Amino acid sequence: MEDFYTDLIMEHSMCSANKKNIDNANYSSLGHNPNCGDEIKLYAVIKDNVIVDMAFTGHGCAISQSSTSIMIDTLKGKSVDEAKKIILIFMKMIRREEISEEEKDLLKDSIAFENVANMPARVKCAVLSWHTLEDLLEQLK
Amino acid sequence: MKDNYEIKKDFPLLVNSSIAYLDSGATTQKPRCVIDAVENFYLNTNANPHRGVYKLSVDATTELADARHNVASFVNANDDEIVFTKNATEALNLLAYSYALENLEKGDEVVISIMEHHSNLVPWQKITKLKGATLKYLYIDKNYQIPDSELKKITQKTKIVSVLSVSNVLGTINDINKITKVAHENNAIMIVDLSQSIAHMPFDVKTSDVDFAVFGSHKMYGPLGVGVLYGKKQLLESMQPFIMGGDMIEYVYEQDTTFAPLPNKFEAGTQDIASIVGLSKAIDYIKSIGYQNIRKIEENLINYTINSLKNLNFVEIYATDDVNKISSVISFNVSGIHSHDVSTILDDNNICVRSGNHCAQPLLRYLGLDSTLRISLAIYNTKEDIDKLIDALKKTYDMFKKYLEK
Repeated sequence: MEDFYTDLIMEHSMCSANKKNIDNANYSSLGHNPNCGDEIKLYAVIKDNVIVDMAFTGHGCAISQSSTSIMIDTLKGKSVDEAKKIILIFMKMIRREEISEEEKDLLKDSIAFENVANMPARVKCAVLSWHTLEDLLEQLK
Repeated sequence: MKDNYEIKKDFPLLVNSSIAYLDSGATTQKPRCVIDAVENFYLNTNANPHRGVYKLSVDATTELADARHNVASFVNANDDEIVFTKNATEALNLLAYSYALENLEKGDEVVISIMEHHSNLVPWQKITKLKGATLKYLYIDKNYQIPDSELKKITQKTKIVSVLSVSNVLGTINDINKITKVAHENNAIMIVDLSQSIAHMPFDVKTSDVDFAVFGSHKMYGPLGVGVLYGKKQLLESMQPFIMGGDMIEYVYEQDTTFAPLPNKFEAGTQDIASIVGLSKAIDYIKSIGYQNIRKIEENLINYTINSLKNLNFVEIYATDDVNKISSVISFNVSGIHSHDVSTILDDNNICVRSGNHCAQPLLRYLGLDSTLRISLAIYNTKEDIDKLIDALKKTYDMFKKYLEK
């Protein structure tokens, strides 16, 4: 269990620099896990199809909070298409499907959630922000 | 009198594992005799009751009738006042649709408590909105109890009062007799949700004088898949069926149908007889242990648990000070650590607790909480289960402490 609650995950969950409001965000989306009460709001500044800035507010467990913060670090500065591709890779990893070395590199620190696949009851915590971002990017259509 | 250590031996799942099962408020484990009764039904009596004229079907019909009689006497009702449903939730929905939808009018009020499980809340929201009626809440005080002053919300405008006997989050025991009296003084009908109390304390529908009561088999050592609705005969008779289909009819013509008498009118389709038979056996089991003995075992455990939790300076408990007003449920949080993270670590230590909002979002919002950890005790729990919990909580806090201090 200590292997899962690593320094990386704990530090992101307890005091994340990404946990704040963005005043000039042009997109936002609310994510909610009704069974546990976890709730996050993602804010993004998207210009010329690039995620220029992203942040979140809300509350939840260490897994949902750290997953959100690490996702933001992973995807900030990426184009919308790249971000969508990385979301799919993250979901593949969570489903325990094989991912290539190249794909692993794209996930950066988000690879830390690889083992959440072994904790079925907590998968929903890890994917909450990723699904919320999917919803947010849908608004661009 | 059997003690909890002997009782635990009756539960194969607990004997065959090393878990501390502290989530009986979600569902209890099942004793050997209940498992055997279900198996025995499928081995020897399985047939569709009421349908066949052959002996096996008659046997199944008899088993169903005997089980109904056992359930009825358990709460001091008449046999035809007991309706089997899928669970307590379905029983409450039956009341919302078959009673409230027919009887509520614009401007009427339905009163529930802020402690209600979503199953005794969302149906009333739906029906009151549909009928232009108002849904009102009895709030709790700082001691997690409904003060008498809140009962003033029950007025001549109130047509239905529906309250749980024990909170599935706080463990608070509500004074159902008192609330029923106020409801009746105002000509409202009284519904009680016994889901969290039926395994722990007796209920008599006649002395309490409630109009309807619901509970589920699986929270009282019985099988999953069966709920019970009690209703006063004249009320049940005045109501329309909830679900239409086979076995609930009298005459069916191409365009019209007349309905069967009670209780069949409310039991469309083939019932889960095996589970109903199992429920009847669970009632025998509870009787064999005795409610007095159950309360004694659980009261000792509650005191032990609360005292043990109070010794941990990083734990916040959400329970009334009056131990006599607490049933077998205790909610708490570990300071600075989300309940899900705590329960994941507890699970790693073979301890089953519940975390989250416990199907009571309005209550948690009212308390200003996002989630809690919940332990809910039963007659097979022991002090060792609690010691294991306390040790694991200390371990959890130690593991997270260094991050909290930053």
